[in-house]
Amino acid sequence: MQTLSMGIDIGSVATKGVLLNQDHEILDKVLLPTGWSPKKTGEAVYRLILEKKRLMADSTLDPRSSMNPRVVVTGYGRVVTDFATKAVTEITCHGKGAQILHPKTRTVIDIGGQDSKVIHLSEKGKVLDFLMNDKCAAGTGRFMEVMSTSLGVEVGELSALAEGYKARKINNMCTVFAESEVISLLAEGAAKGEIARGIINSTAQKAAVMLKRMGIQEEVFLTGGVSQSPLFRKALEEELNISVYFRQEAQFVGALGAAAIGLDIKG
Amino acid sequence: MRPSLMKQVEELRGVNSVKIKEASEQGKKVVGTYCVFSPHEIAMAADAIPVTLCGTKEEPIAAAEEKLPRNLCPLIKSSYGFAVTDTCPYFYFSDVLLAETTCDGKKKMYELMGEIKPMHVMNLPQQGEGEENLKFWETEMKRFKSFLEESFDRKITDEDLKAAIKLGNRERQVMKDLHELNRVKPAPLSGKDMMMAQWLKGFNVDKEAGIHLIEDLITETRDMIKEGKSPYTTETPRILLTGVPIGAGSEKVLEILEESGASVVALENCTGYKGLDRMIDEEKEPMKAISEKYLSTPCSCMTPNNSRLDLLSRLAKDYQVDGVVDLTWQACHTYNIESYQVGKFVKEELKMPFIQIETDYSNSDRGQIKVRVEAFLEQIQGEY
Ligand code: SF4
Ligand code: SF4
Repeated sequence: MQTLSMGIDIGSVATKGVLLNQDHEILDKVLLPTGWSPKKTGEAVYRLILEKKRLMADSTLDPRSSMNPRVVVTGYGRVVTDFATKAVTEITCHGKGAQILHPKTRTVIDIGGQDSKVIHLSEKGKVLDFLMNDKCAAGTGRFMEVMSTSLGVEVGELSALAEGYKARKINNMCTVFAESEVISLLAEGAAKGEIARGIINSTAQKAAVMLKRMGIQEEVFLTGGVSQSPLFRKALEEELNISVYFRQEAQFVGALGAAAIGLDIKG
Repeated sequence: MRPSLMKQVEELRGVNSVKIKEASEQGKKVVGTYCVFSPHEIAMAADAIPVTLCGTKEEPIAAAEEKLPRNLCPLIKSSYGFAVTDTCPYFYFSDVLLAETTCDGKKKMYELMGEIKPMHVMNLPQQGEGEENLKFWETEMKRFKSFLEESFDRKITDEDLKAAIKLGNRERQVMKDLHELNRVKPAPLSGKDMMMAQWLKGFNVDKEAGIHLIEDLITETRDMIKEGKSPYTTETPRILLTGVPIGAGSEKVLEILEESGASVVALENCTGYKGLDRMIDEEKEPMKAISEKYLSTPCSCMTPNNSRLDLLSRLAKDYQVDGVVDLTWQACHTYNIESYQVGKFVKEELKMPFIQIETDYSNSDRGQIKVRVEAFLEQIQGEY
C-alpha cells in the first residue's frame, strides 16, 4: 500500500486540507471557512478528505490506524485537534510547501488574513530566518478587508474595481486612520477605483518594507489571498524591482507543506 | 529534575522582605536601586543595605499610567507603579533612592519618583569608553559617596570601601560560578531557575547568608551533573537569551521558550550575567576601581555598545549555544534599535539562528509569541 499524508492548515479565516502521495502529487484538496470552531472545522476537513477518498475503512479518526494517512496540522488552530500525528508551525510548513511548488524559491512572502510573514529558505527548503507581523493590521489582508468595507465592496472585488484606474495615495498605514482617510477621499469625490488602487499599493508598499528588512533573495514567492490580485503583484514588483512568483494554489501552500512533512516523519 | 535547594532560593524574596523590615527597625539604613549601574559597594561601605526595587510585575502598571504615557517601557511603568501604590516592601523601607541617567524614559520617570522619596541621581556618561568618561564617572561616584555620608551622617573610609568591594566580588563570583554550571551539556539548571536565583540576589539583605545558600546550591547541582541528571537531553536546543532585564512577573518569553522544548542556558541581560562578567579590581584605588567596573557594563544605553557583542560571542561559544533570542520591551528604543545590530552580528559573525521578540508584561500575546518560538526551534532543529 502506498504511503499517504494529509496536511491541514487551520487558519483564522479558512481551513485548508491537502492529501499527498509519496511523489508529492496532490490527490485532493479541500477548503472550508474556519468559522467559530477551529477544532470542528479541522476535523470536518479531515473527514471530508477521508470520505472522498474512501480511506476510512474502519471509519475511525485514529491516524495510527494503518488505513488512515498521517496527518500534520498547522496554522493557529494546530494545537486544538486530537487526531494529528504532529503539529508544526505555519512558518516551517509554508517554507516546505513553497519549495515543493517552486523549488527555486529562496524568499516567501505570505500575506494572510491576520498576519504577514517573510521566510528565507535554503536550497533544500529549510527555514533559515523569518520575520512575522501579527501585531499590526497594516500590510495584512485585514487592512485590505477593512478598507474594502469602507468602499462598500468585498475584499475579493477590490482588484477588479481598481482595474484601469490610477492610484490615489493612501498616506496612513494605520488601519484606523486609513479608514477615515478613505472616507474623506470619497467625500472629496475621488473615484472608488482610484482609492481601491491606492489601498492595494499601500499594502504592497508595507509588504515590500518587510521584505527589504529581511533582505531579498531571489526568487520571491508570493502566497496568501492577495497573491491572486494581479494589481497587487504588479505593485509589489514595482516596489521591489524584481519579478515575483505566484501560483493559483497559493492558499494551499501551508497545508501542502504540512502534508509533505508528514511524509518525512519516520515510522 | 530540580535541585531541592531551589525551594529555599524561591522563598528568599519573602524571607528578605521580613529581614529588611527588621533591619530597618533596628536602625539600619536602606538604599533602593533600580539598575545594574548602581554601585552597591558604596552603600555597603556606608553600612547600609543596598536593594533592587520591584519593577517586574504588571499589576501596578495601571496606576502608573495615571501619570506616565501608555506607550512607555513596561519596566519603567512597573517601577513607578510599585512606588506610587507603595506595594514594594523594599521601596517602603528605603531611606534613599539611587538612580542613574540611563535611558530617556527612566531618567524622566525618576523626576516624578523623586517627589515620593529622597533620590540621588548619578549622571552616567553615554559612552563607556575613553579616559574622560571614566574621570567624569569617578567624580559622579564621589558625589554619591558624599551624598550618603551626609544623609547617613557617617564617614566612608577606604577601608570600608575595600571591605565592601571584597564582599561584593564574593557575591558576584558565586553567582557567576552558578551561571557557569549551565555550560555543561545538557544544562543541569532550567533557565527559569537560573533566572530566579540570579534575580533574587538583588533582594539579598543578608549577603553572607545569600552567598552560603548559593554555594550550597552549586554543590548540589555539581552532584547532579556528576550523576548525569538534567531536565534536558543532549538534543535539547540550547538558547542564549539577551536583551532587557527580566524577573518574576516578566519571565513570559523565557517560560514560553522552555515550555516549547528549549533549554535557556545563558542569560546575557543585566538581571543575569551582564553584571557578573567583570569583578572590581581589588588592587586599585577603590573609587577608581568601582568606577571602572560599573562603566564597563555593556548596556544598550551606551553608544556605541560593542562590548555587548563581544560578551555575546563569548557566551555563545562557552555555553555551546544553538540560537540567540533577543527580548526587547515595547517602547524601549535603545534595545529595539540595537536589536538590528545584534541580529546582524549573530547571523553573520556567529552564524547562528537569531530572533527578536518584542513584547510587554501582559499575557495577551502569548499565542503569537508561541508561534514564533516554536518556528524558531523548528528552524534550529532543522528536521523538516
Ligand atoms: S537594561 Fe541597562 S538601563 Fe536597564 S536596568 Fe539594565 S543596565 Fe540599567
Ligand atoms: S528596558 Fe529599555 S526603556 Fe526600559 S528601562 Fe531598560 S533601557 Fe529603559
